[in-house]
Amino acid sequence: MKLKKYALTLLAVVCIILPATIAPLLPLTDPLAMDLAKRFALASFDAPLGNDEYGRSVISRLIWGMHISLIVAVFSSTIGCVVGTALGILAAYLRGLVETAIMRFMDMLVCLPALLVAMVYVTLYGPGAGSLIPILAVVSLPAFTRVAYSAVLTVRSQEYVEASHAMGASRLRTMVRTILPNISSAVLVQLSLATASAVVLESGLSFLGLGIVPPDASLGTMIGSARSTLVQAPQLLLWPCVALTLLILTLNAVCDLLRDLLDPRHVGSS
Amino acid sequence: MVWLIRRIALSILMLWLVVTVIFLSLYIMPGDPVMLLLGADGFAPDPAAVAALRAELGLDQPIYVQYLRKLWSLLHFDLGISIVGDTPVIQDIARRLPRTLELVGVGALLSLIIGIPAGVRAGLKRGGGFDRIASAVTGFAQAVPVFVIGTILVLVLAQNLRLVPAGGYVDFAVDPARHILLLLMPSTAIAVGLSAIVFRITRASVLDVMPQDYVRTARAKGVPTARINSHHILRNALMPVVTVFALHVGTLLSGTVLVEFVFNWPGLSGMLISGVISRDYTVVTGVLTVTSAIFILINLLVDIVYSVLDPRVRR
Repeated sequence: MKLKKYALTLLAVVCIILPATIAPLLPLTDPLAMDLAKRFALASFDAPLGNDEYGRSVISRLIWGMHISLIVAVFSSTIGCVVGTALGILAAYLRGLVETAIMRFMDMLVCLPALLVAMVYVTLYGPGAGSLIPILAVVSLPAFTRVAYSAVLTVRSQEYVEASHAMGASRLRTMVRTILPNISSAVLVQLSLATASAVVLESGLSFLGLGIVPPDASLGTMIGSARSTLVQAPQLLLWPCVALTLLILTLNAVCDLLRDLLDPRHVGSS
Repeated sequence: MVWLIRRIALSILMLWLVVTVIFLSLYIMPGDPVMLLLGADGFAPDPAAVAALRAELGLDQPIYVQYLRKLWSLLHFDLGISIVGDTPVIQDIARRLPRTLELVGVGALLSLIIGIPAGVRAGLKRGGGFDRIASAVTGFAQAVPVFVIGTILVLVLAQNLRLVPAGGYVDFAVDPARHILLLLMPSTAIAVGLSAIVFRITRASVLDVMPQDYVRTARAKGVPTARINSHHILRNALMPVVTVFALHVGTLLSGTVLVEFVFNWPGLSGMLISGVISRDYTVVTGVLTVTSAIFILINLLVDIVYSVLDPRVRR
């Protein structure tokens, strides 16, 4: 049963995340190349999923769209992970005023709905991948800080941390070399969760026309623009919806897999 | 009582922090909001016009004056004047907010109606047919973004089957039947993902409660199963559901923006999106402030409800 689940996850990664990752290396037609003769064309050898309202190949737009989504999601959640984890370790290790300041600030960040914060940022800086990455990183911060914080609280009273102090290790060395490796599994699971939710947020913003800017492909913009051609070509709406759902399901499955492998306590409850 | 006062004070502190951070982030941002407004077309604006607008918006004052003015006007529920529309932002919000809250409320209610009974049933008969199917369906439902659900609903129910109108809004006072008809699809779109979450938490928490000693004691006393399920298991299992549900209200408010956009529901979303596009930052930050305040308020209410359900939290 478990093995079957792992095999399915692996298969999904190979079929969905791998092509999206290596999109520039694949022999795809240019996702921006328009060909009005092929407007709304159905499946052909060049374009197995047909062409969109400008005659662009749907399959290459899908794969490039996932490529951009993944780049934005991976970069933003990695930045969030590094900063958030560092803050969480500092708060739990140093305690006192630092702890209060960091954790209350995170409590406050949680009160701000992610999509709306991103919209404020886009108002000031304009849309595009460049402004999505920093703001999605900020939005993912509190979760990383809280996960790292609670993990450090359980780790810091362990004997090996005490031993590290006794051996004369500096506080920085204890935090980086002793504590960090011991909380890394919890942080890694959170990283996969954050990547999935960054994909959701990015696609939502792009759908509203406030994320990735057309003509660049993004699953969100594809769904958004397909709404206006709903009657002539419902397939144009269906493909990106299916691709986005599969992408998120795959990321969730990877997250489950990581949790099973890294967090033995969780297996029993799932 | 002391607990309640402390809790309310904490909420006020949070609200103050939110307002301060929004203010500071606007101040620190490198772009000058005035240049943003006047220089949008790519040519340098008239310096006199810039100075006039700065003075009009109070941006020529020192930062602490601006900050105190901001707090003072917020205390009077004044969120500023929309730069583009030239109307008070609060007026627009007051008109649109009830529609958004209606959508959120109905969606949340639907998700509880679906999620809790299904979760209890799956938890009580763990590993059974219903549990397996429902767990698989919710895993899927949680992964589909809310705007995808909305768009697919439009495609299937409105476009192909022609059961309901694709979107729009009619005031309840004007045509109650049509109002409810138009409410159906958007609230369902919101409820799908949320009921999956409610289902999962209810199921997990029923599983946690079932092996407890007090449940076994009740069984040993000969209490009827239905009463054990409702009084011993459900009441204790519901508490985590309340907490997690409240935590998701923030996400829900975000999701509603997308749903309103899909179904042309004239709530906060339309105002927000046109605000972003025309770079009207008073509108956008106004909506952000109000939404965050609602989020903080809901969390406060949930904690109070929680303390009624479980007096142990009042420490």
